[in-house]
Amino acid sequence: MTGGPDAAWPREERARMSRKVLLIEDEPNITEAIRFLLTREGWQVETHAEGTDAVEVIVASRPDLVILDVMLPGKSGMDILRDLRELEGMSKLPVLMLTARGQLRDREMAEKAGVSRFMTKPFSNTEVLTAVRDLHAQASQG
Amino acid sequence: MATLNVLVLVCLGYVVLLFGVAFAADRLAATGRSTWLRTPLVYTLSLSIYCTAWTFYGAVGYAARSGLEFVTIYLGPTLVMVSWWWGLRKLVRVGRSQRVTSIADLISSRYGKSNTLAICVTVLAVLGVTPYIALQLQSITLSFSIFAEADPSSIYNEASSVFWVSAGLAMFAILFGTRNLDANERHHGVVTAIAIEAVVKLVALLAVGIFVVWGVAGGVGPIMDRIDASEIGQWSVDRGRWTAITFLAAAAFVCLPRMFQVMVVENDDERHLRTAAWAFPLYLLLMSLFVVPIAVVGLDLMPEGSNPDLFVLTIPLALGNDWLAMLSFIGGFSSATSMVIVAAMALSTMVSNHIVMPIWLSSQGGRASVSGDVRDIVLFSRRVSIAAIMALGFFYYRLSGGGAALASIGLIAFAGIAQILPALVGGLFWRGATRTGALVGLTVGFGLWVYTLLLPGMGGALMPPEVLQNGPLGLSWLRPQALFGIDGMDPMVHSVMWSLSLNAAAFCIASLASFPSPLERLQGAQFVNVFDHSAGPRGWTGSVAQSEDLMIMTQRILGAAEAHEFFQKEAERQGGRGYLPEPTPAFLEALERELSGSVGTATAHAMIGQIVGGSSVSVEDLLAVADESAQLLEYSGQLEAKSAELTRTARKLREANEKLTQISMQKDAFLGQVSHELRTPMTSIRAFSEIMRDTEGLTAEERTRYAAIIHDESMRLTRLLDDLLDLSVLENGQVNLNMGDGTLKDVLDRAVSTALTGAERPMRVRRNRAAERIPLHTDLDRLAQVFINVISNAQKYCDAPEPSLKISVHDVGGQVVVDFIDNGSGIPPEAQSMVFEKFARVGSDKAGGAGLGLAICREIMQRLGGEVGYLSGAGGGAFRVSLPLAYKQAAQ
Repeated sequence: MTGGPDAAWPREERARMSRKVLLIEDEPNITEAIRFLLTREGWQVETHAEGTDAVEVIVASRPDLVILDVMLPGKSGMDILRDLRELEGMSKLPVLMLTARGQLRDREMAEKAGVSRFMTKPFSNTEVLTAVRDLHAQASQG
Repeated sequence: MATLNVLVLVCLGYVVLLFGVAFAADRLAATGRSTWLRTPLVYTLSLSIYCTAWTFYGAVGYAARSGLEFVTIYLGPTLVMVSWWWGLRKLVRVGRSQRVTSIADLISSRYGKSNTLAICVTVLAVLGVTPYIALQLQSITLSFSIFAEADPSSIYNEASSVFWVSAGLAMFAILFGTRNLDANERHHGVVTAIAIEAVVKLVALLAVGIFVVWGVAGGVGPIMDRIDASEIGQWSVDRGRWTAITFLAAAAFVCLPRMFQVMVVENDDERHLRTAAWAFPLYLLLMSLFVVPIAVVGLDLMPEGSNPDLFVLTIPLALGNDWLAMLSFIGGFSSATSMVIVAAMALSTMVSNHIVMPIWLSSQGGRASVSGDVRDIVLFSRRVSIAAIMALGFFYYRLSGGGAALASIGLIAFAGIAQILPALVGGLFWRGATRTGALVGLTVGFGLWVYTLLLPGMGGALMPPEVLQNGPLGLSWLRPQALFGIDGMDPMVHSVMWSLSLNAAAFCIASLASFPSPLERLQGAQFVNVFDHSAGPRGWTGSVAQSEDLMIMTQRILGAAEAHEFFQKEAERQGGRGYLPEPTPAFLEALERELSGSVGTATAHAMIGQIVGGSSVSVEDLLAVADESAQLLEYSGQLEAKSAELTRTARKLREANEKLTQISMQKDAFLGQVSHELRTPMTSIRAFSEIMRDTEGLTAEERTRYAAIIHDESMRLTRLLDDLLDLSVLENGQVNLNMGDGTLKDVLDRAVSTALTGAERPMRVRRNRAAERIPLHTDLDRLAQVFINVISNAQKYCDAPEPSLKISVHDVGGQVVVDFIDNGSGIPPEAQSMVFEKFARVGSDKAGGAGLGLAICREIMQRLGGEVGYLSGAGGGAFRVSLPLAYKQAAQ
């Protein structure tokens, strides 16, 4: 794959046309809650509940933002992020990581793996929305 | 004509002079100003006690009877001194380094300090020397009688004169030989007196000789003509006798107790031997120079039948030269006295040390070692021994009746003493020589000497003529003078040949056949290799020590700072400048003491010896070093054991630490899991409750659905908490089992209905109810909980299109076994061992549980005394629950 989301479209165009979020989460109820929140904000929400093929799904789906759970069946969110960042054109894709394991070590690991924002569950809906907006704004501007 | 009274006065005066000399020398030695006493000259002159009255008077008689054969008596010692001085040096070195007191002590010391050997040698020496002492008494008595004959006015009693002579000599020997107990058994006074006597007898003999040659014969030319004309001058050599007697004289020179006394025990410095090696043969040459002229002139001059043994005395007397006769008499007197005194001293030391003292000590039963009066006892026993030996000589003389027969006794004594030679030489040069060898050799040689020489020589009842002629009991091959049928030999040569050769052979064979004790080995090595390890004649003196080398060595041992300090201190004490002291003996000893504090005495001595003396490391040193090394090895062994223990402890600690780390990690992982399992439902609850609170315009449908989700997740949370608490209680063993009676069938009925009621998917259960009629005594509720869990799992995870579960019951080896086998794909082999762990979940399936169910089941079954496990290879998901039948039987 040449180019990538950053190069394929002019910035203005992309911001207007596609506000797509890819949610990788294996808890159906949490998936449903986030879908509800982001859809109302005007996002196109795609979901995936499996860790094993998550990197391929991200690459194929070309989202503007990824929301990634850590404890996923098959492959952990940390590994997914690490592998993703090694791919060409994926170094700046905003990734919001949500985890139910709220230990300090996990945050450090995530930052090392190149996470854009790290949040622990349970989260407040406002926080998630703010984080998504911020990340998207940063990516759009810069 | 000197009267007998004058003679006695002269004798007394001479003896008093000797007393004076000996006393003064002892005083000088005691004050340490006696260096001139310790000269090679005094040493050489003291060796002259070899020349006794037998030599002084007898040599001329010997020459008059047997021609030049008398030379052999001088030839033996000369050969020893000239060609065997290195052997003597070894003897002296050994004697000094081992601090031996007599030849018996030396032999005993060499062969493992055996007192049996010492007694043998002592007895041999006493037997050999007693006739010799008698000979001296005879010569003095004879010389007295010559004067007595010439002086009709005197009342001369031979018997009493012998007695008084013996008593006087004993007194002298006791006074100066036993005045003190020196560690080295040295008697400077006696040795000095002997040296003076040596000069007196030489001067006397030379004076007579010069008188005879120039005064009687009229110069060198005429005397040579006379000698040529005489039979004495004929060069007729009996090779057998010459060889035998030369050899005997040589052996006696080394083995005679009195020779050993002056040569080894009284030796101050082994370098004196170097001088003696040429000076003593010179002395012997001077002593023998005029023997033939005196004999020739005597035979011509004196009437037929006069005793040639006394020519030295009778020629001057006959020619009216009284003063010369007096001098000659004094010479003979000093020859006899010096020999008797030293021999008595040497023998008394042996008798006292090896016979009297052991007997006295054993009679004291060990008390003597603590009392302080041993010293007096020793001196007393020496004095008694001297008196006894003199008495022995006196009685021997009285019993043998004097006479010419005594003359040949000298050689017989030599042959007896020579029996010590194999053991002595073998001990010095052959490490393989053993105590047994020495004992056997000595016994054989001694026996043969007595049988072939001593007894035949004494004749009479001791050796009847028929035995001499035909052998004992008519065994002719045992004839004393023709052993093994070898006939026609000179009895002397015959005896010496057989006794010494069989002695030596027996010594060698017995040595080879026996094993030396460790002490013998050690002593043997010390004797044979004495030059390799004794530190020279005077400890560290005379050696070239390199202070710098010593410094380097000391630094290694003590460390630089301490070594510098020590050397500095020593240098200051010596009054020198700089920090390196002179390697004086005092310094070396101090250094050795200093070092021995660190490395042990033996090692310190050996190390300094390496630097200072080159090769002053003795076997004893090495053995001591080995001992120290063994100690070090033991220490290091202990250290090794300790270090091994430390290693073990460290390993245990490491293992404990690993275990703790593992437990800590397990705890972290568990908390992480719990956190995750709690937060996940709470996330949904919070998210939907916020949605319901904040979102306007939710439809009623949405509202209902979200409330249901919140409810479900709350229930999930509750279940999780229940499970956690349940597990915690079970794991901590705080559970109270509610034991009751029932049948397996009832429990299974309850479990199946509970697990499958309200299930999303129907599952067919196949059972054999007849087989389930097994009475149980257990916690029925807990057992049902396990069954419910297993059945629910089957219901949740069985992936078959038409799920079914077969429950079968067996009675296996005293256990009730319940198998639950479904028709699904089962659990993959790699996950089978994990399903009983907490929070284990297989695959991605979300069945709503937190993964604690099977962990709880395992805990419950453990409490109930049974177990739950996965049955692999049963063709589907398969769990087996087993209960001990003992519960059942106990219930009945």
